[in-house]
Amino acid sequence: MGGAKAAEVVLRLDGITKRFGSLVANDGIGFDLKKGEVIALLGENGAGKTTLMNILFGHYMADEGTVEVFGERLPPGHPRAALAAGVGMMHQHFTLADNMTVLENILLGTGSLLSTGLNVRAAREKVEKLSQDFGLSVDPGAKVGTLSVGERQRVEILKALYRDARILILDEPTAVLTPQETAALFETLRRAVPLGLSIIFISHKLNEVMSISSRVLVLRHGRLVGEVATANTDRHKLAEMMVGAEIAPPRLAEREPGEALLTLARVTTAPHGNAPGLAGVDLALRAGQITGLAGVSGNGQSALADLIGGLEVATGGSISLYPAVSGTWSPRAALAAGIARIPEDRHKTGTIADFTLTENAVLETYDTPPYSRAGWMDWKAAENFTKTVIETYDVRCPGPAARIRLLSGGNMQKLILGRALEKAPRIILANQPVRGLDIGAVTFVHNRLIAARDTGAAVLLISEDLDEVIALSDVIHVIYEGRLSPSFPRGSKTSAEIGIWMAGQGFEGDAHAA
Amino acid sequence: MRLEPISDPTALRRFGLPAGALVLTVLVASCLALLAGANPFATLGLILKGAAGSKFALLETLNRATPLIFTGLAVAVAFRARLWNIGAEAQLYAGAIATVLLGTGALPLPPALLLPAIALAAMLAGALILLGPVLLKTRLGVDEVVTTLLFNFIMILFVSYLLEGPMKDPMGMGWPKSAALDKAARLPRIVDGLRLHWGFALAILAAVSVWVIQTRTTLGYEIRAVGLNAEAARFSGIPVGKVMVKTALLSGGLAALAGFSEVAGLKGNLTLDLSPGFGYTGIIVAMLALLNPLGVVISALFVAGVFVGADSMSRAAAVPTYIADILTATALLTMVLALRLTHTRIRWS
Repeated sequence: MGGAKAAEVVLRLDGITKRFGSLVANDGIGFDLKKGEVIALLGENGAGKTTLMNILFGHYMADEGTVEVFGERLPPGHPRAALAAGVGMMHQHFTLADNMTVLENILLGTGSLLSTGLNVRAAREKVEKLSQDFGLSVDPGAKVGTLSVGERQRVEILKALYRDARILILDEPTAVLTPQETAALFETLRRAVPLGLSIIFISHKLNEVMSISSRVLVLRHGRLVGEVATANTDRHKLAEMMVGAEIAPPRLAEREPGEALLTLARVTTAPHGNAPGLAGVDLALRAGQITGLAGVSGNGQSALADLIGGLEVATGGSISLYPAVSGTWSPRAALAAGIARIPEDRHKTGTIADFTLTENAVLETYDTPPYSRAGWMDWKAAENFTKTVIETYDVRCPGPAARIRLLSGGNMQKLILGRALEKAPRIILANQPVRGLDIGAVTFVHNRLIAARDTGAAVLLISEDLDEVIALSDVIHVIYEGRLSPSFPRGSKTSAEIGIWMAGQGFEGDAHAA
Repeated sequence: MRLEPISDPTALRRFGLPAGALVLTVLVASCLALLAGANPFATLGLILKGAAGSKFALLETLNRATPLIFTGLAVAVAFRARLWNIGAEAQLYAGAIATVLLGTGALPLPPALLLPAIALAAMLAGALILLGPVLLKTRLGVDEVVTTLLFNFIMILFVSYLLEGPMKDPMGMGWPKSAALDKAARLPRIVDGLRLHWGFALAILAAVSVWVIQTRTTLGYEIRAVGLNAEAARFSGIPVGKVMVKTALLSGGLAALAGFSEVAGLKGNLTLDLSPGFGYTGIIVAMLALLNPLGVVISALFVAGVFVGADSMSRAAAVPTYIADILTATALLTMVLALRLTHTRIRWS
């Protein structure tokens, strides 16, 4: 990291306060960012990190306080002014046009609407030079729609660099990345710092914060509660500062697995877009057991999740549920069979953004008593159920009548979790249940899954985070190109050994058999 | 220029902007009147007087609003589920045909049962017209905007065929019109001597029913879920295709009631000019009401008032009646803009 000589202050926030109605999202926050420094902004979901950055970038107007960039005060509410002053922001969700090339995306918005001839050649040269300097390899001519998530993120960084950003704000940049992609991103950031860039890295992942930042600012409930040099702290201290209490890692008590509640035998499914379908999968989900599914994204995880969740039917092999169900396989049949589902994408499939919490809480049960009788909704019963979920699962929200789009990701997930678990399911399909959540929410979700396992539910945990799979699972399978590895009991394989399976080795023998 | 959402708009925004939209609409109308060489105040006064200035005018407006409430509801219900039914005109005519077929002596029922039976048959006919397009959409992914729109033309030509052929009134002196409905098949007037018929009351009942369906019933919940996020709805086990079909049946049935009420309440027979585009105007009515079924009643009254008022005004002043089309169009544009701006701030940089 950059030397700590009395460096120039490139960014200064002073007394930033922002209220949304009665909620104080930011409460008098102030700090300096120096040249060539990487500071981490750490905090739980809803701590006010994203709000603060949106104010810095001019998306929101602060109620109080000022933002100075290179000693100049930024006019509030003007992203263009922030951009012009050299602030580049990368959002959690990419802002790229899929049907345009990398170069077109980078140039988008840089020229006037009326200018006809963009100097494409000069632009391409600049982009190529930037990608070399910063180690951001990506083909400028490729359509963004064909790129992987990691590559798209590189395009976002290039976009900011192309506009001569000298301060980069990265909002939860690793939430969607594989470990390898995260490592590559960090490599880029390390290269960028000596070139004079200053970086604000927003995250709630402690190991990343420890690895990339030189200074950590901790936000809690909208307030700056701590500021430490990374060298003088450790994960535990940071975690405590962040949530205000010490947190214990999940613990699995030894438990004899029960009978198989769901068994797949030689099951195949159709391919899933670019991702493969299942290719002769054998799997047994047992009562009182967490089965972890490790694997690199796009190897058939969604095919398996959709099959068990009722969205897809098998093209071959057999599925048996205990007790057996009859009729066509559908989301309803899955729900009726006692399968609870925590979907991978809580925004797109898990919730309806413009529905209230109550309407979302009964999404899977709306047509059964007590919520529906003879075609009429009983909203009082639905609201009571929602209140129970809000209380039991600690969903922080304005109330059951609020639209769910107002909630942070963690609270949304807690509602989904409550909706799924309150039915006392026999089988739980948890697909990326903690993706993008903060430590407090992660622990909460994990403990709930463990509690369900302890009361006899069969849990299938699908995750791209190998550490999570290892920490939580009684048995682990690896999925690779639609095929499943044998089951590895807890503790029988190191993460390096499982990593080898994730890369596809060990499957060769099966390939011919399948 | 950019847009910034406002989470809790002030009262000034909430009421000032729609009021501003109304003022803007009136200004546009005034300019048009000036352009036509008339006094804008007098013109607007005449429109207002023609729409609500007398008992006769008011009843005329209510009569004109009746089919618009039905078609507006039909559109509002369908759009709520993101089913783009542009074919309310065709469904209206289907309802009218069914009304004439059953109302000219084909149905030997006691008078108390005859009208409800005809109304149900009309709804069924309208629902069937929309069934084809919705099945094409849910089964094969055919765009319903195109199919429902085209059905309007098919239906108009079909009605033309019927009125020149099998349904032509033998006593009609050669005019392309159907035989007149039996007395028992006519919707009676609400108050004797006044031109307002029970179709208006039925329209209000329909609006309240749709509101109840949307907010209180399981089907309404399904319709809203499908409209807001079909993927999440499917994941949760809501049968998206079935809900679309049910929505279509409801929507088609409502539009058909417009045809039923026009034939049985007002005209007494079927002619080719039964609807001056009620099906299309229903889209404006629904949009103005932001798809709210109770709002549909208000916006239908507004649109009907403008048309009735402009008709009467053009007889008295030298301003063409087309001012009504421009007025409703302007009102729609400004109102939609105003409602958007209630929750959005524009920043100029």
